[in-house]
Amino acid sequence: MRRAALNLAAVGVLAVSVFPVYWMVITAFKPTVDILTETPAFWPARPTLDHFATAVRAAGFWTFWRNSLAVTLGAVVLALVVALPAAFAVARLRWPARRGFILMVFVAQTAPWSALLVPVYIIARDADMLDRLPTLTLVYFVTTLPFTIVTLRGFIAAVPPELEEAALMDGCGRAEAFRRVVLPLLAPGLMSTSLFGFITAWNEFAFANALMIKDQGDRTLPIWLSGFANVFGTDWGATMAAATLFMLPVLLVFLVLQRRVSSGMIAGAVKG
Amino acid sequence: MARALARTARPALVVEARTRRKGAFWPYLLVAPALAAFACLLVYPLARSVVISFQHFRLGELIRGGAAFAGLANYAEALGGPEFWAVVRRTFLWTAANVVLIMVIATAVALMLPHLGRRMRLAVMSGMVLTWATPVLAATTIFQWLFQSRLGVVNWVLVRLGFDSFRDYTWFADGRATFAILVALVVWQSVPFAALTLYAGLTTIPGELYEAARIDGAGPWQVFGRVTFPILRPLFGLITSLEVIWVLTCFAQIWAISKGGPGGATATLPVYAFQIAQSLHRYDLGSAVSTLTVLMLLAVLVVHLRRMFREEGA
Repeated sequence: MRRAALNLAAVGVLAVSVFPVYWMVITAFKPTVDILTETPAFWPARPTLDHFATAVRAAGFWTFWRNSLAVTLGAVVLALVVALPAAFAVARLRWPARRGFILMVFVAQTAPWSALLVPVYIIARDADMLDRLPTLTLVYFVTTLPFTIVTLRGFIAAVPPELEEAALMDGCGRAEAFRRVVLPLLAPGLMSTSLFGFITAWNEFAFANALMIKDQGDRTLPIWLSGFANVFGTDWGATMAAATLFMLPVLLVFLVLQRRVSSGMIAGAVKG
Repeated sequence: MARALARTARPALVVEARTRRKGAFWPYLLVAPALAAFACLLVYPLARSVVISFQHFRLGELIRGGAAFAGLANYAEALGGPEFWAVVRRTFLWTAANVVLIMVIATAVALMLPHLGRRMRLAVMSGMVLTWATPVLAATTIFQWLFQSRLGVVNWVLVRLGFDSFRDYTWFADGRATFAILVALVVWQSVPFAALTLYAGLTTIPGELYEAARIDGAGPWQVFGRVTFPILRPLFGLITSLEVIWVLTCFAQIWAISKGGPGGATATLPVYAFQIAQSLHRYDLGSAVSTLTVLMLLAVLVVHLRRMFREEGA
């Protein structure tokens, strides 16, 4: 009895969490006649790729796709390059201002970014950086930086310092020891950190909306999707197909992450 | 033996000495780029926002520059009008409704997970990861489709259940209905993180504690109140303050679905600040509202940061 109630609740939770995404996907595959019906079908009886074709052929689709990819990758790489040394300094070295720096990173991590939309818009305007993709790259770089530092700090701290010391004894310099010993062990950490950064930047809407205003050619996918009514009118099939395509990379990244997170490589380096 | 010891001991000392010597400036060099990034793109905009909030800064000043000092005029205007206080009340209602729902549902789900069969647990967790992975803009688009007036599946279900007034009901024309949909959307998106984190915390509690409580005759509510909650209190605190910060500063969902409308019914503080800056070109007033928002957040932030420090053991 109790078991049945529990399972019923579980099925309820599962249904609520999955249904919206399920509805998006099957709407994208339904022929238009089946979407424009009074009684919705909960299973696509006659699946079609028409809506995906409409979405892909929509004006600017590939431009927005390329913009999103370029901005996101740029931000992630920049964040990694800047965060790695900072994370190392926090995890491995003892220095007077260390605690202050960590506090600053935590503050930045919880910064109310939406309250900075107006000043960032004005600064970008003054610097003639509106409607330019590098501006977005910079913004996404800073929004993902705190998280990247905190996460990498954890991964670096998990690499036993004995390994580095051994390399130093063998005559490596500090930088060489880091590159040869720590960096290879950090690979899974770098991977998952950058993937989380990728998701954050890929999804970002508020700044793209505030900073890319005039030029259609500089929009990213979230902006394009937010104006779906202007693009597809009431073509809900194409709208859902576009949303599905937008979600696909994030979903793939999540699937990769699941495996990466549980990799016990670092624990095995010393104990094994 | 002694010689061998000496041999291993000496290089270690060298390492120590080398770190100390370089320790003076190395760390600062390593964090310099990160510091520069925070200074240029976080501290500077924040400072600029505060400065603008004390200026007369509208369309003319945006184009020509040369904004004049205006003292507290913008703050007086914001705090003096009824609109700002209506937005503040709405923001509190928005935050309270979302955070309470998120925490209650997430706790219930987290407590349910350990009692499920292996397969069912995996299914529920995968479902929640799917929700978590859904991009905000995909989610807003989906919810607009779910609640569409004529073809939306929600109205269809409600009519089938006998609520005939929902036939062709236009959710997004009504302020309260739009507010409710936005709450549903944010709760739907936020529960997975909270529930999975709480569940991860739950799994660290040794089973003996539950057994002991049960032997002492504690019911399920007592077990939660006397064992589970006290142990997980820091985690609860951390998640709650994070959710408060996220929900209060939430912008994308509201802007993408309603732009703060209809009739301002979904304009929370960040949305309102952006609205008056963007559509009325009142950058000064918008900045004043933003600054006031940050000040309100500061209280939550301080509590949260203290918890972070304790948890992370920095």
